[in-house]
Amino acid sequence: MSTTTNDESRTRGKAPAGERVADWADGRLGIYSLAKANMRKIFPDHWSFMLGEVSLYSFIIIILTGVYLTLFFHPSMNEVAYHGSYVPLQGQLMSEAFNSTVHISFDVRGGLLVRQIHHWAALIFLAGMFVHMMRVFFTGAFRKPREINWLFGFLLFVLGMFTGFTGYSLPDDLLSGTGVRFMEGAVLSVPIVGTYLSYFLFGGQFPGHDFVARFYSVHILLLPGIMLGLVVGHLILVFYHKHTQFAGPGKSEKNVVGMPLLPVYMAKAGGFFFLVFGAIAAIAAVAQINPIWAIGPYRPDQVSTGAQPDWYMGFSEGLIRFMPGWEVNFWGHTLVLGVFIPLVIFPLVLVAIAVYPFIESWVTGDKSEHHILDRPRNAPTRTGLGVAWMTVYLILLVGGGNDLWATHLHLSINAVTWFVRIFVFVGPVIAFLLTKRICLGLQRRDREKVLHGRETGIIKRLPHGEFIEVHEPLSQEQLHTLTAHHQYEPAEIGPTVDENGVERKVKGSQKLRAKLSDALYGEESQISKPTVDEYKEITSGHGHH
Amino acid sequence: MSSQDIPEENLPAEQEAAHVAVSIADEKDPFADPGLPPHEHRIQDIDERAARRSERMVALLFTVSMLATVGFIAAYVGIPRDKSIFVFPIGHLSALNFTLGLTLGVALFCIGAGAVHWARTLMSDVEIADERHPIEAEPEVRAKVHADFKQGAKESAIGRRKLIRNTMFGALTLVPLSGVILLRDLGPLPGTSLRHTLWSKGKLLVNMNTNQPLRPSDVQVGSLTFAKPEGLEDTDEEFQTEIAKAALMIVRLQPDNIKDKRELEWSHEGIVAYSKICTHVGCPISLYEQQTHHVLCPCHQSTFDLSDGARVIFGPAGHALPQLRIGVNDEGYLQALGDFEEPVGPAFWERG
Repeated sequence: MSTTTNDESRTRGKAPAGERVADWADGRLGIYSLAKANMRKIFPDHWSFMLGEVSLYSFIIIILTGVYLTLFFHPSMNEVAYHGSYVPLQGQLMSEAFNSTVHISFDVRGGLLVRQIHHWAALIFLAGMFVHMMRVFFTGAFRKPREINWLFGFLLFVLGMFTGFTGYSLPDDLLSGTGVRFMEGAVLSVPIVGTYLSYFLFGGQFPGHDFVARFYSVHILLLPGIMLGLVVGHLILVFYHKHTQFAGPGKSEKNVVGMPLLPVYMAKAGGFFFLVFGAIAAIAAVAQINPIWAIGPYRPDQVSTGAQPDWYMGFSEGLIRFMPGWEVNFWGHTLVLGVFIPLVIFPLVLVAIAVYPFIESWVTGDKSEHHILDRPRNAPTRTGLGVAWMTVYLILLVGGGNDLWATHLHLSINAVTWFVRIFVFVGPVIAFLLTKRICLGLQRRDREKVLHGRETGIIKRLPHGEFIEVHEPLSQEQLHTLTAHHQYEPAEIGPTVDENGVERKVKGSQKLRAKLSDALYGEESQISKPTVDEYKEITSGHGHH
Repeated sequence: MSSQDIPEENLPAEQEAAHVAVSIADEKDPFADPGLPPHEHRIQDIDERAARRSERMVALLFTVSMLATVGFIAAYVGIPRDKSIFVFPIGHLSALNFTLGLTLGVALFCIGAGAVHWARTLMSDVEIADERHPIEAEPEVRAKVHADFKQGAKESAIGRRKLIRNTMFGALTLVPLSGVILLRDLGPLPGTSLRHTLWSKGKLLVNMNTNQPLRPSDVQVGSLTFAKPEGLEDTDEEFQTEIAKAALMIVRLQPDNIKDKRELEWSHEGIVAYSKICTHVGCPISLYEQQTHHVLCPCHQSTFDLSDGARVIFGPAGHALPQLRIGVNDEGYLQALGDFEEPVGPAFWERG
């Protein structure tokens, strides 16, 4: 770096202020090399790419509103009598946590709005991440080189769930307290160490005087701190890998086509932050959420009907509700399977989706980078597995609200529970088979379109009386788009005897891999895409149609 | 919007002819990538009047945002906290929350809408292709890094001086233990605290609602009464923790209807007392069906039959509700004849 100012614009001393500030910063931070690589960075456009943005922006909104809420919230379980402006609670005993939350809602102007924005943004954050993850899954965007970013995103989703749970438990109201009690019961079910864990978590017997303060530090410091780091890492990797794109004319594995960061993407993405924030603010203006003053302070001997966790915890609620109450007593000990099994399955449901990319890459053995997205139909087994996973998730959500389904649809609670017990196993199988079939059907249609052209809807009568429908050949853009995807060959184990007739050892993992490969890419699992020869053979004979 | 009458001088000199040409497939490889399609002009690119309309629209959105922020401040200052308004079809809302939320929402949304409209109509929409480079390093770079690492490792002698290496690993493994040990005082050890409640021989059953000791005549057939042990007041320091274990529900059954022998023995004139805390994960049970004598936990729908030792008849609970042995004292009040004989609430490893 030269310290002399031989640059013409500098010697004149008339450079615009912005430029001078940038020069100053560059001399200390080296921002120009950063900007050189990124200022005109290209971002492709597709509606589904905004799902991750929704999550990012709601995360920022949550932090902004959360900091504001900490200015008024008292994370303490000391019992106080209420003397605020909400009349129905006058004189009632409650914890300081509950008291200060009611204070925020009624006596801090705009406090209720910020509380509601915070809570709505949390729901949207989790929903955004969920749908974003599905987008990444179904389009195969998790493939090399993005597996680690997939894990970052997965961790963000899981940590987001727990941040949400600790957050809605803070007001110490009757509904969230019931959820905390549920958690305590689940922790107690852990073999050998369950009671110890519970006593360490609550500082003694439930509910004790500590959990609000402890949840508070987890909710506002520990988890969001980790999440902030993961978000930054996630974004750095998005920048570093460059964005994926769908196949199309001019788009390849070697390029990324779209608009530059400055100005178009900056305006669109920056503007989108305000759109999301504005929409959530409007929702918070008209849609009440978690009215703790109507629910009342927590008492371990009281409960209301229809108690529900926030939506993202619903599937764990479903797990605990459909499980039969198995308990095994032996040698003076109790194995609480009815609660412990759901507690173990809960993370497994999540881990199942997290490890899928690694299984797929092991099966394909593909070491190359993938930047062109798959259309879900072109990966029928993956798409089927994804839909099967979602089916399990949704059926568990139904199970988590079995009382609401029963009362709203006038069904027996036992019938709803039995439905969940059966369909949590049968549902995903049906969903998998159906989805795969639909995908194969769509592949056949694509093949048909490529080889025979688009149906025009024009019916022509030939001289000899036959009616035919006129098909219009596709343009080269469309032909390219529909045939750009890569199709794997199922992996072969190879002959099990060598040329001398000696039997070759085949490892179990190899056999498994060949089986999985056949399931993913065998004849049953994909329709081979049309080749140029097939296309030429059909199109060369004119008047074929 | 009159997009049809674009003045002659604003029209592009020649229409994009390529658009038609591309649709004929390449003879050699009909599936080959034809390359980026030619850019199509937007109305704003060729008609300055349309561009000016867009400019005005963006400016209008930004202006609305400014007005909404002024409205937000006015609402904050002017609307009393307790004013409520009726908004169709939502119902009664806090006027302050409604107005603050909507003005803030509009102020933010219009900034976003303005920026997006600006980007979509006035900023260049020519697609650009950026090259990608493999994430993996070139073989030379890889070799250099490996060599550097080996050199560094060699210079540290970590492979040669195994004593240093092993003791270092030992120290690094042990040092986090201090952090784990420090967590010990997060809470006391459970001991037998989960097995005991405030109930003991002679403790009166106090009605949770009236705070008066119960007489047998206070408990009618078909009613569900909640009780706590005498001496436990809701202002007590440990009230929450004690009531979480001691909460009791009392019903009166016809003695002939009681199917369980021990239940009958532990009852008084058909009055039975059971723990209110569900044996599943500890929710308080609160729904009673007087015809069938079933109680239902509203959290996870475990159902217990109070006429048959409170055994589980449906749902995820694993064992029956613990029963409290009751009788009457000399003055005719209901009293406990001891503590629960088994732990109340959710099951745990040491429960047995």
